[in-house]
Amino acid sequence: MSAPVAPEAQGSTEVVAPESDSLGDTLREAWRTWLRRLRAGDLGALPIFVGLAALAVLFGALDENFYTERNFVNLLLQTAGIATIAMGVVFVLLIAEIDLSVAFVSGVGAVVMTLLLRPEEQDFPWWAAMAAALVVTTGIGLLQGLIITKGRVPSFVVTLAGYLTWSGVILILTTEASSAGTIRIQNEVVLGVANDYLPDVWGWALLVAMLVAYLAIELGKVRARKQRNVSHRPLVLILLQLAAIGLLGALAVWYANKDRGVPVVAVIVGAFLVFWTFIANRTRFGRHVYAVGGNPEAARRAGINVDRIRIAVFMIAGFMAGVGGIILASRLRSVDPGTGGGQLLLNAIAAAVIGGTSLFGGHGRVVSALLGALVIATVANGMDLLNLASGYKFVITGGVLLAAVLVDAFAKRARAASGMG
Amino acid sequence: MTSGSGAPSGAPVPEPKGVDAMADTAPILELRGVSKSFGAVQALYKVDFEVRTGEVMALVGDNGAGKSTLIKGIAGIHSFDEGEIRFDGRPVTIHGPRDSAQLGIEVVYQDLALADNLDVVANMYLGREQMTRAVLDEPTMEQKARATLDSLSVTTLRSVRQAVAGLSGGQRQAVAVAKAVMWNSKVVILDEPTAALGVAQTRQVLDLVRRLAERGLAVVLISHNLHDIFEVADRIAVLRLGQSVGVYERAATNQQEVVHAITAGTLRHVPGMAEEVVA
Repeated sequence: MSAPVAPEAQGSTEVVAPESDSLGDTLREAWRTWLRRLRAGDLGALPIFVGLAALAVLFGALDENFYTERNFVNLLLQTAGIATIAMGVVFVLLIAEIDLSVAFVSGVGAVVMTLLLRPEEQDFPWWAAMAAALVVTTGIGLLQGLIITKGRVPSFVVTLAGYLTWSGVILILTTEASSAGTIRIQNEVVLGVANDYLPDVWGWALLVAMLVAYLAIELGKVRARKQRNVSHRPLVLILLQLAAIGLLGALAVWYANKDRGVPVVAVIVGAFLVFWTFIANRTRFGRHVYAVGGNPEAARRAGINVDRIRIAVFMIAGFMAGVGGIILASRLRSVDPGTGGGQLLLNAIAAAVIGGTSLFGGHGRVVSALLGALVIATVANGMDLLNLASGYKFVITGGVLLAAVLVDAFAKRARAASGMG
Repeated sequence: MTSGSGAPSGAPVPEPKGVDAMADTAPILELRGVSKSFGAVQALYKVDFEVRTGEVMALVGDNGAGKSTLIKGIAGIHSFDEGEIRFDGRPVTIHGPRDSAQLGIEVVYQDLALADNLDVVANMYLGREQMTRAVLDEPTMEQKARATLDSLSVTTLRSVRQAVAGLSGGQRQAVAVAKAVMWNSKVVILDEPTAALGVAQTRQVLDLVRRLAERGLAVVLISHNLHDIFEVADRIAVLRLGQSVGVYERAATNQQEVVHAITAGTLRHVPGMAEEVVA
């Protein structure tokens, strides 16, 4: 115990309250708490896991290729781009705004990077081209954020204008650079983002490192809370959760290693997931984002600079759109006038919502971007395997989105009825 | 706790009434001749107002009498056009919410200004989060929030980690008040704290108001409900059409007199009888 014990900590004896119960009691209590929250409409990620399981069973039954190692890795690759962009969307939804421009902003990022990389032209090193792309997309976020806050224009309209504008910019840039409009990426590092895989050992090492870090963080929390004499999560639960994550992780790494290995892009997405979750949950900025989404007036009166939070959130959306654009371009190995178009925008927003982030602000988690993207990618992947026409894919994705929103609406009603808001 | 008031403030005193002993202490917050106009509308005209440590000063008046304007001026939401603000005997200027918070003035607004989606602890620390390095220090915040609520005898909360959305009106009021008193505040202004509450919850909040004064805070209570005011206030200041028409000792007045002051109190300056026309 290096940290000084608070002088006001009562009794001065070590607090060992929760562990004195038997293991069974702790588990039963945790189970009861969980059931109570469930009944009160606090569903958490449960609908997602149920939905994913249902989709997996369905597609597994319909097509024998769904469960192959190769398809599993493909699924991870398909999820990556959407999940990355959706993380930015989660922040925007948290403050009860919307960003309709993210898909084309991601396209602008991809095009800027690709143009700067051309060996016969600017020939930027990979890191400079990526940095430039991210500066541009973050700048776009800044610009749109400034217009929304200073001009007091609804984000819906501003980003709708952005949707048109940036799609036009992509068209102009690509067609000016090449008459066909398609520009290939030739840089190995950039191509490696979405097309390289970790050596088997690295996959395992990373998993272990992740689990150790998780355990260390959770134990640190428990220790700090004990020092302050406030209740903490039972150790048994932490260990159980660790075991569950470890098991799922091990399964994923083992399966991926049977194919090409853990994709590099999965590590990138994972790193952003951890980073933004930390920002949202453990920093003052994150707290203020939730406050602005929950009650902007309360935030203002608490001395929070609401406009600055809003602008920062749109910058995050721009930045993450840029990262997503780089990942998607790397996967396709080129950009063209259609980059950032198609279903990307709706998929990114749908991912955040399907993952459980409320459209009305204040409720949601960063991980919902990944979970939602996984659902969307699973649907797309399964449909592709079944060789269904795109029309069916859209219809089914629409149905999944509707189901997710309905589940959320019912859960919200249950929350209201039980007084949990 | 605060400047040498003779009354037994500080430690919670079980006896709720009887603070006559401090009738001649100097006011902690004093407004002298403050005015505020919005365009052609004179919202406040040369209003005097004061509140002392350890007392509950009620501020009453009909709709449009200028209560909110007065409070917002003290809170720094807007500034007065003229007049003087003295705090603890010193003249001060208040140009923004931060200035008044710095002085130790906290306002609990009618609409509470709580974020429903955040839990009790997060709301109490909103905008003033405790950090260890760059990370929110949740254990410390939780402990201190708990301690503050306990010191106000708020015992009905199931958990301080519960979202505010799930709280009853009285509980929300208690959280808002606890938030206000947690910051070594000296003056707490409560804007219609019982407006939307049932009988039992009103009771809880009124007890809470009384307890604040006993802790040595100066409490300004704005309310439409004279019954509530006569239950907890030590003095009653009446505003009418933007002017102060009188301050009454609770013990030496009755509801009729106050109602009369609210509806027909003597004005020094009759609106419409403009002695000077300024743009």
